[in-house]
Order: sequence, then C-alpha cells, then structure tokens
Amino acid sequence: MAVRNVAMREAIRRALREEMLRDESVFVMGEEVAYWQGTHRVTRGFLEEFGERRVRDTPISEMAIGGVAVGAAMAGLRPVAEFMTINFAFLALDAIVNHAAKVRYFFDGMFKAPLVYRAASGWGNQATASHSHAPEPIFAHFPGIYVGCPSNAMDAYGMLKTAIRDDNPVLFSESIALYPKPGPLPDDDDQDDLLVPIGKGDIKREGNDVTLVAYSRGVDWALQAARALARDGVEAEVVDLRWLRPLDMALVYDSFKKTNRCVIVEESLPMYSFGSEIAALLQENMFDYMDAPIRRVAAEDVPLPYSKEIELLALPNAQKVVDAVKEIL
Amino acid sequence: MPSPTKDMLLDWYRQMVLIREFEETCHQLYQQKRITGVYLHLYSGHEASGVGSMAALRKSDHVITAYRDHGIALILGMDANAVMAEMMGKKTGSSGGKGGSMHLASAAHNFWGGYAIVGGHLPLAAGIALEARYRGKDDVTMTYVGDGATNNGYFHESLNMSAIWDLPVIWIIENNGYGMGTEVSRASGQTELHRKAKAYGIKSFGRVDAQDALAVYKVASKAVEYARDNGPAVIEHVTYRYRGHGVSDKQYDARDDMSAELRQWMDEREPIKILRDHILGKHGDIGDALAEHDEAAKKIVAQAVEFAEASDLPRGRDDLLGNTYVGSQRVYKTPASIGAGID
Ligand SMILES: Cc1ncc(C[n+]2csc(CCOP(=O)(O)OP(=O)(O)O)c2C)c(N)n1
Ligand SMILES: [Mg+2]
Repeated sequence: MAVRNVAMREAIRRALREEMLRDESVFVMGEEVAYWQGTHRVTRGFLEEFGERRVRDTPISEMAIGGVAVGAAMAGLRPVAEFMTINFAFLALDAIVNHAAKVRYFFDGMFKAPLVYRAASGWGNQATASHSHAPEPIFAHFPGIYVGCPSNAMDAYGMLKTAIRDDNPVLFSESIALYPKPGPLPDDDDQDDLLVPIGKGDIKREGNDVTLVAYSRGVDWALQAARALARDGVEAEVVDLRWLRPLDMALVYDSFKKTNRCVIVEESLPMYSFGSEIAALLQENMFDYMDAPIRRVAAEDVPLPYSKEIELLALPNAQKVVDAVKEIL
Repeated sequence: MPSPTKDMLLDWYRQMVLIREFEETCHQLYQQKRITGVYLHLYSGHEASGVGSMAALRKSDHVITAYRDHGIALILGMDANAVMAEMMGKKTGSSGGKGGSMHLASAAHNFWGGYAIVGGHLPLAAGIALEARYRGKDDVTMTYVGDGATNNGYFHESLNMSAIWDLPVIWIIENNGYGMGTEVSRASGQTELHRKAKAYGIKSFGRVDAQDALAVYKVASKAVEYARDNGPAVIEHVTYRYRGHGVSDKQYDARDDMSAELRQWMDEREPIKILRDHILGKHGDIGDALAEHDEAAKKIVAQAVEFAEASDLPRGRDDLLGNTYVGSQRVYKTPASIGAGID
C-alpha cells in the first residue's frame, strides 16, 4: 500500500469524507462549509459529492450551531459541526458545556449526544486578540465531553474517525498552523487500523534526559527543540498526549520515571492551563521521581497583539523550550 | 431636514474619494506584503453608506462598527497617518499597532471602535446608548452591522434590549449581499432585513439605495431625529463590496458569476460617480473642486504610507504587555504574584 505525504487538512478531509460514506447519519454543518468549500478547505468538494442535505451552510449563528448539533445528535444523527475558528465557539460555550456535555448525565443515561465539534485553532499571522486563541483547556475543563487535538496528518485522520464513531460528544481542535503541514498517510480508503482510541497518547520521540509533554502545535515546537538539544547531547522524549480529555497520564508517568525531568509545552495561556494540570498531576503522583522543578512553556500572559514582532514575542517557540530544558538539566 | 448645501456635497465627495484611495492603496500594499496579516476588509463600494449616514450626526453622537472599519474612521476625521500606521502595526498607529485593521478607534471622535467578532459590538452599541439615556443626553449611537451579523444571537438580544429601554441607537444594516460567501437568501429567513425591526417593536426606516449618498443622508437624518427623542431605529443600506469579503479568501470572489455581478455594480451603481454626477448636475459651477479633492486624496494617502513605513514597530515586553489592565500598580502584589499585568 502506497504511503504519501499529505497536508493535515487533507487527512482530516479524507477522514470526514470516509465517515460520511460509511454512515449516512453523519452530516456536516457550519459557516461556509458548503458553497465556499470550507474556510480552511477541509470540506472542499463535499457539497458536490453529498449535496445540501448532508453539507449544510449555516448562518453566522454559533449559539445555534452548538445547540442544533446537540439536538440532532440526541435524536439519532451524527453531526460534525464546524466552528470556522475556535474563537467563535465561545459564542456557543453554553450549548457545548451545558448541553452537549451534560444531557447524558442529567437525564441519567437516557440520551446520548454523539457529535463532533470541529474547530480551527491557534495563534499567529497577526489575526489579533479576539481571533488568537488556542483555548482547548477551557473545553477540557468540563466532564462529559472529550477533547482531541492532533499534531499531524496521520493522527488527525485516525482521531477524527474515532471521534465521529464514538457515542460521546467530542471537541476536535485543528491547529490552523498545522493544516498545511505534510505528513505520511496511506493512500487507501478506510484505514481502520489507523483509528486512534480516545484518550491514547503517543511517544513522538524517545529520549532519556527530559520529558517534553505537548499536544497539537506544541508537539512541533517540542520536536524542534528536541533536535536542537540532541546537538548538545541532550536526548528529549516527546510525549504527544493527543487528547486533552481523557488524559493518557500513564504515558507521561512512564516517561518521567525514566527522565525525572519535565517541560510542558503548549500554545495557550499559562494560567489555569494544560501545563498547570500536567505539572500538578506529576507532583501528586511522581514526587519520588522528581529531580528538578517542572517547567512550563506557554504563551505570554497577555491578549495577542496585531503587530508582528510583539506577537512573536508573546508566542511559544522551540527556542523557549530549549531554554526551559537547559534551566532544569 | 435641509437639503445638503454645495459645501456639504463637496465634503462628502472629499470623504468618499479619500476612502477609495485609502482602501485601494491598502489592497496594493497587501499584495506587496507591506501590509501583512490575514484580515483586511475594505470599504470600497460602501463609501456612500458611511458618508451619507454619518453626515446626519453631530459631534457629540457616537459611532461603532465591525471590522470593515477603515472608511468609518476616515469619515470621522481620524488622521490617515495613524490609520495607515495601524494597518502596518506601527507604534504610531491609532491603536499603537496592537489592534490592526479590524480594531480602529478614536475616543476623541466618539468612535468606539471596530470589532472582529461578528455581532460582538452590537450590545456594546446598546450600552453606549444606555449611557446617553441614563444621563439624560440626546446623543445617538450610529451602529453599523452586516447582513450576515443580523442572524447572530447578539443582534436579536441587542435590538430587543434597545427597544424595551428606548435606547437611541440607529441600527444600520449594511446589506452588501453576502456574509463571506453566503448570500442573504441562504442565511436569513427574512431577506428584507429592515423588517427584522418589526419583531422587536422597533421603528424601521426601510431599505435605502446606499450607493446614493444623498438618499442615504435623507433617511439617516430622519432616523437620527427620531432616535434622539424616541428610541431605536433600523435602516437597511443596500450596497456592495468591491474587494470581496477580505484578503484572506479570494477563491469565491474570483468566480466568474461574482466578477460579472461586481462589474455590474461598478458600472451602474458606482457611489462616487453617482455623487459626482449629482454635484455637477446641481452645481455646474464648481470648477476644479472635484479634481482638487481627487488630487488631495492621493497626496494624503501617499503621505500616510510614507509616515507609516517610517514609523517604528512596537518592540519588547513593555510594548507587548502594556494596557492589559487599568492601573495595575494599585493591585496588591507579592513578589510572587502573577497575572496582574505590568505598570
Ligand atoms: C462570531 C463570528 N463568527 C464568524 C466570524 C467569521 N466572519 C468574519 S466576517 C464574517 C461575515 C460577516 O458578514 P456580514 O455581517 O454580512 O458583514 P460584511 O463582512 O459583509 O461586511 C464571518 C462569518 C466572526 N468573525 N465572528
Ligand atoms: Mg455582508
């Protein structure tokens, strides 16, 4: 079977298309997903192939996008609802948090909401403060919904398929910066062996000196940093958690037992964050293995500005990861 | 409402050619990567909508809009240098380079800003109008909102609240036919958007041909007068965007049927030409005044580009972190406290 490099957006497109072919209860809805061919081109060609019944442009009505998906899912469909960017999911926060994540619980198992919210996420390119968030931890705060955040094409393919087939609601965050990034993916359709179980992390690079824990775009920075560190003889292990909820902490613990040092890398803001959570869990459960303080690399604690230089100053990058590692070696 | 004087008409012309020159220059600068980023939504084609309606305001009135805000800023008299510098993210920009194209504002002009989240500015408009009602002032808040934004929850809640509290907001729906790639008929159950007013018990001033500054001015004047004493008003401006939604997505706008539609608007409903013809028809004796405005616009914009390019970028942590909070020096801080911003 031929394996080809495809952009992450293409891998997501393929996964979504194959799931639509596989199960006619799967449909997509969102702003500009049909006629405009998807703001990020993930649903390119879908309208032509599946028609308006299954590829539904919505008005700019996020509150309704969030809630309609819940109702349709409760009633037996499998909506894949797209937020053009994750920033706009804030308008739907109530539908996501209070209904998608809770109808199962507060009716004591009477209903389920098998839906996926897809959202393009991340900072950069001078998108300015209100369009510059990577707020996955906010959604992962709430029990009742899963949160998936792929870092490459193959994972995105397998994770989205799992998310669509799962009977629980999933927020699926796609890094805009990673959309064009090529990664290997087998040519054939329906690669069920590539399905990534919900909550399963992955070691993206092995090493004995320090554990770098990351997800989504943070994995890129961690891998770049690991390559730079290797030139100085430091071997970093890169743990890609892939899902923020549930968290594959066993993978982190196993790595930490080996390295005894950890730097957590994330694109989002530092307070009440992914880094805070992982660091807390490590100190609670791995105290005996800890040889150095745990460091976190995140965005600066500030809304993101438009102007290029200060925007870059605010963002995490591989060098910041390298610096953090050197502080604790 | 007195009909506009020759001087007023000439001033409108000045504003409109300045906007067009500014926007088309921004378009070029973006192609040349002298303006960067992903968002740049131009007001070309919309000029008469802003110019005609804001001519009905007085200085103490308020203005707020979405991200398609360059024209609004220039109409209000914001310095073209500072606006262009903001496009380039410079320290001399009107928002210090922090806001960019979508976040122009000027407290001095009662311009409460451009906002990037669709519909997000609408409750702010109601709040600004609330201040006027609260303190017994009869200033109005002129609020621009896109056709697409009228389908957002923010729109419904804000209009309803403005109705029950009699808030002096003029809700101007700038119907340019599309929200990104979605035409009005595919996004809105009620395609005569001004009729949405009825649902909230708000007075509608109907639908206006917003390529005609004079027609816009007439209706806006009535609505402003009404709003001062009574409460909210809705007007629907029918207009067209010449440069598509924005720079970040061109594929849709490049379609053949779209270019044909655009050509038709430009040929038949060009706002600057309509005003120009009106002025010449009514005041044939204006000599070179129009040409002088054409020339002045070019000069102002060229100077603005020069100014902006010569200006410094914000740099370093102080520029990054400043103005996250008001007066963070008053916050109780231990040496280890975090999250309070910098002084
Ligand atoms: C809440 C929200 N959803 C989606 C977007 C993305 N978006 C930006 S502009 C726009 C279209 C708005 O159309 P309209 O209100 O008609 O204004 P126009 O751009 O035509 O002036 C969309 C969908 C956004 N900025 N905010
Ligand atoms: Mg529009």
